[in-house]
Amino acid sequence: MTLALIALIPLLGACLPPLTTRSSRTVTAWAAAAPTLLALLILAAQAPAVFGGEVVRTSAEWVPRIGLSFSFMLDGLGLFFAGLILGIGLLIIAYARHYLGRRDPIGRFYAYLLLFQGAMVGIVLSDNILLLVVFWELTSLSSFLLIGYWNHLPEGRQGARMALVVTGGGGLALLAGMLLLGQAAGSHELSEILARGEEVRASPLYMPALLLVLLGAFTKSAQFPFHFWLPHAMAAPTPVSAYLHSATMVKAGVFLLARLWPALAGTDAWFVLVSLTGLATMLVGAWIALFKDDLKAILAYSTVSHLGMMTMLLGFNTGIAVIAAVFHILNHATFKAALFMSAGIVDHETHTRDIRKLGGLYWLMPVTGTLALIAGASMAGVPLLNGFLSKEMMLDAAAEATLAGNGWVVATLATLAALLSVAYSARFVFGTFFGRPRTAFEHPPHEPPPGLWLPVAVLVVPVVAIGLLPGPLAGPIVEMTAAAVAGPAGLPPVKLTLWHGITPALVMSVAAFAGAALLLLLIHHVERARLRLWRPEAKAMFDATVAAAVAGARRLSGGLHTGSLPRDLGVIVLAILAVGLAGFLGATHAPGAREVQPTGIPALAAWVILVAACAGLAVAHRNRLLTLILTSVVGLIVSLAFLQFSAPDLAMTQISVEVVTTILLLLALNLLPKTTPAEPGTARKLRDGAIAAAAGLGAAALAFAAMTRDFETISTYHIEQSKPGGGGTNVVNVILVDFRGFDTFGEIIVLGIAALAIHALLATALRGAAARRLDAMRMGEVSGDAHPLMLVVATRVLLPLALTLAAYIFLRGHNQPGGGFIAGLIAAIALIMQYMASGHAWAAARARLQPLTMIGAGVLIAGLTGMGSWAFGRPFLTSTFGYFHLPIAGEVELASAMAFDLGVFLTVVGAVVLALSHIARVEQRAERSGHAPEDAALPPGPPTAAPRIGLRTPAYGRED
Amino acid sequence: MEYLVASAIGLTTAVGVYLVLRPHSFPVVIGMALLSYAVNLFIFAMGRLVVHQPPVLQPEATGYADPLPQALVLTAIVISFGMTALFVVLAMRGYLESGSDRVDGRGRRTPPAVEETR
Repeated sequence: MTLALIALIPLLGACLPPLTTRSSRTVTAWAAAAPTLLALLILAAQAPAVFGGEVVRTSAEWVPRIGLSFSFMLDGLGLFFAGLILGIGLLIIAYARHYLGRRDPIGRFYAYLLLFQGAMVGIVLSDNILLLVVFWELTSLSSFLLIGYWNHLPEGRQGARMALVVTGGGGLALLAGMLLLGQAAGSHELSEILARGEEVRASPLYMPALLLVLLGAFTKSAQFPFHFWLPHAMAAPTPVSAYLHSATMVKAGVFLLARLWPALAGTDAWFVLVSLTGLATMLVGAWIALFKDDLKAILAYSTVSHLGMMTMLLGFNTGIAVIAAVFHILNHATFKAALFMSAGIVDHETHTRDIRKLGGLYWLMPVTGTLALIAGASMAGVPLLNGFLSKEMMLDAAAEATLAGNGWVVATLATLAALLSVAYSARFVFGTFFGRPRTAFEHPPHEPPPGLWLPVAVLVVPVVAIGLLPGPLAGPIVEMTAAAVAGPAGLPPVKLTLWHGITPALVMSVAAFAGAALLLLLIHHVERARLRLWRPEAKAMFDATVAAAVAGARRLSGGLHTGSLPRDLGVIVLAILAVGLAGFLGATHAPGAREVQPTGIPALAAWVILVAACAGLAVAHRNRLLTLILTSVVGLIVSLAFLQFSAPDLAMTQISVEVVTTILLLLALNLLPKTTPAEPGTARKLRDGAIAAAAGLGAAALAFAAMTRDFETISTYHIEQSKPGGGGTNVVNVILVDFRGFDTFGEIIVLGIAALAIHALLATALRGAAARRLDAMRMGEVSGDAHPLMLVVATRVLLPLALTLAAYIFLRGHNQPGGGFIAGLIAAIALIMQYMASGHAWAAARARLQPLTMIGAGVLIAGLTGMGSWAFGRPFLTSTFGYFHLPIAGEVELASAMAFDLGVFLTVVGAVVLALSHIARVEQRAERSGHAPEDAALPPGPPTAAPRIGLRTPAYGRED
Repeated sequence: MEYLVASAIGLTTAVGVYLVLRPHSFPVVIGMALLSYAVNLFIFAMGRLVVHQPPVLQPEATGYADPLPQALVLTAIVISFGMTALFVVLAMRGYLESGSDRVDGRGRRTPPAVEETR
C-alpha cells in the first residue's frame, strides 16, 4: 500500500496545519511541508524501479460490485506528474508562507492546499478509472475552496462558483464517459483498458465515451470554448494560481488525454476533436492574453494557450508529438509557475497588477526582475531556454500535420500562435520591469524577502539548465514519461538537442519573432481594430445561463409544487387509476370460479349501516363532530367484519384502535374549527366526486375479482411450523413476533418515530405564534365540573382491572388471540382514561414511566431480544422457547419471542399515551386562557364557539 | 357475502378519496382514516373470506383462514393510528401557527390575534 500512501499522506496531512495555527506561521508552513516532503520521499523511493521500466501496482477492493477498487499504479507518466505536483507543491508552500498576509487564516489555506495536492496525486496514480473520477471531483471541490479562499471578495466567490460549475459539470460527463469506457473495455482497471486499445476503438461505445471523456478533460484544462473559467479563477491568492491554475490542476485534463492515449488515440475522430480544439484554444488564449492589462490575466490566458498547445500535440496521433507534449508539460510547469510567483511578488510589493501602472521595476527589484525576465523569455521561446526547445518540437510536429489534405494550415496557425506568444511575453516582461519607471507608488517597492523569490529561483534553474543541456537533464524523464503515454504503440527515439540544423521549425520560429516585433510596433492600431470587433463576454454569458437555469428550475418546481394538497393527491389518485385501467384493458376478463359465501341477515344489516354511515360522511362532512361519529361507526363495522371472517386478533386490534382514534380526534377537534366552511361552486365537487367514484369502483371490482378466485397461499408453511418452530398456536401472533419479526421491529420503530414527531411538533407549540393563538382562543361553553367525581372514581377503580386485562391479553397472545399490540392498546386506553378523568396535571405528576422512555425501552428490548440470538451464533431475531416448571403456576412456556412482544407492548403504550397526553397538555393552555375576560380578542378564522368536547366535559358534544 | 365486502371496500374508498380531496385539513384526516379502513379490508380480503376458521391451532379444526394477510393488517392498523395521529397533530400545529386550516395553499396567513389587538 506504499503507493496509496503517496496520495493519502497529503489528504490526511490536511488536518495538521489547522491544528498548529496557535503557533507561528512558520510552524504551520512546516506542518504542511512535512506531509508533502514525506510523500515526495516515498515517491522517490519508488522512482528507480519505474526508471528501470517497471510498473508498480497495488490494489485493494472497495466496492467490487460496481468495479470500483482502491488500486494505484505508478508508471513513467504517474511518476512524472506526481513529482511535479509534490515538488512544485513544496515550493508553493514555502512561497505562500511569505505571501499571505497576517490576517489570512493560513492554517485553512494549507489544509485546502494539501487536500488538493492529495487529490491531484490520487488522479495521477489511480489505476481504477472510477477511483480516478473520485479524485478528479475532489480536485474540483478543493479548487473551489482555494479559489474562494478570500471569501470576502465577490470576485473570489463568483470565480470559485464558476470554476466549480464548469469543472464539476465536466466531471459528471467524465464519470459517464469512464463508465462507457469501462463497458467497452470490459474492465475498470486502467492497466487492462490501456492494453485493450484495439477493442475499445472498435466498440460502438467508442464515440460516446470519447466525447464524454473529452468534455471532462477539456473543461478541466480550460480548452476552448470552456476556457473562460480559468481567468476568473485568478481571483484566488497567487500561490493558488501558480499551483492549481498553471502547474497542476489544469494539467489534469492534459494528463487524462495522455493517460488514455493508448486506448482512445489513433483515430480520425481523436485527431479532429483533440488537435483542432487544442489549436483553437492556443490561438484564442494567446490573442486575448496580448490585450489584457492585469498581469495575472495575461498569465491566465497564456496558460490557456499553452494548455491548448499540449492538447493539440496529443491530438496529432504521432509519437514525436507525444514527446513534444510531455516535454512541454515539464517546461511549462517550471517557467509558468515562476512567472505567476513573480507576478505575485509584484502585486505584493506595489499593490497593483495593472500593467498600465507598472514599469521600470527592474531597477527597484533586480533579482525578481532577472528571474521574471528569464522565465518570460522561456515562455516566448527564446533559444537557450527550455521553452524554446519544446516550442521547436511543437512547430516541427505542426509542420508535419495535415488537415483535410492541406499541409500548411496547421503549421501557419501554430506559427501565428507562437508569434502571439512572443508578443504577450514581451509585453509582460517589458511592461512590468522595463520602460518608463512609475513613481505613483504609496510605498516604494523593494526587493522582497528571499522566502518569496527563492522558490522562483528554484524554478528558474531548470529553465536555464534544461535549455542548455536538454539531453542529459530532461532526456531520461521525457523518454520514460512519453513511453508510458504511448504505451504498447512504442515511440521513435527521443533526441532532445539544442541544435537541429536549419529545419522548417526554425524558420517558423524566426518568422514568429519577426512578426511579433512588427505586431508590438503596431499594437495600438491592432488594439483599435480589435475594439471594433464583437467580443463575446464569457462571464455575462455564463451568468445569464445560470440565471436562466435557476429561473427555469424555479418555474418548474413552482408549477409542480403549488402547495395545494388536493391537487397533488388528485394527481396521485388519477395516476393510480390510469395504471389500473391500463392493466385492466390489457388483460382478458372472465368471472371467478370460487364459490361465493352465503349472505346472512346480520351481515346485510351491518352492510346497510356501513353504507348509511358512508353516505352520511359524504353529505355531512362539514359538521366535524358528526363526521367523527360516523367514522367510528365505519370502524366498528370493519372490526365486526374481521370478527365474522375468522380474524379475532384483527377485530380486537381494530376496536381498541377505534377507541384511541376517537379520543385523539375529539381532543384535536377541540383546538380546530368545529365546522368546515362551505365550498363555493359545485363543479369542483362533481369533479372530485367523479374521481372518487372511479377509485371506489376500481377498488371494489379488484377486490371482488380477487375474492372470487382460488389461490395458492404461502401460509401453509406458517401454519405447519407455528407450533414446532415458533412455539405458539396463535399463528398470527407467531408470524408477528417470530416469522416476520423483522417487519414488526421496523413497524414499532415507525410508530416510535411518529410519536417522536408528534412530541417535537407539540412540545414547541407553547411558544411563539401558536402559543399566542392558544392564549387568545376562547373555549366554548364549559360544563360545570371539570373532573366529575363519578368519572374520576370509576376510572381509578378500573385502572388496575384494565391493566390486569392487558397483562392477560399479553400473556395469552402467543397461543390465543391477543399479544403485544392489542395489550398495548388496552393499557394505553386505561392510562389515557386517567388523563381524561383527572386532568393532565394530575396524571402526568403520577406517571412513573414517561411515554418517551417507554418508546425507547420498547424498541431497545425488541432490538436486544433480536440481538440475543447472535450470542448463539444465529441470525438476528431467531427465536427460541422452552417449557419451565414454576412452583405455583405449574407448567409454563417461555419463548424469547415474548420478550420481543414486550418491546412491542411498551412501544405501543408509549406512542399512544405520548400522542394523546401531549394534545391534552396543549389544550390545557387554551383552557387556562378560557377564563380570559369576555372582550378578549377572538382568533381569526372560523369561530370556535361550537360545543366543547373532550377533556374537561366528559359529556361529549353537548349542544348549546 | 363477497358482494357486500367488495362494495363496502369500494364505498369506503370512494368516500375516503372524496374527503381527501377537500381543501380543509380535518376532512383530509378523516379521509385518510377511511382509506386506511378500505386498504386494510382489501389486503385482508386477499386471504379470501373464511368463516369460523380462525388461524389458532386446534386439534378439531377443519381448516384455517390465511394468517399472513391478518398479520400484515394487524400492524397496518396500529401504524395507521400512528399516521392519523401525526396528521392530526400536523393539522393542529399548522392551524395554530397560521390561523387557517386550509391545505390547498390558499389559506389566509394572519398573525395571531393578540398581535392585532395589542
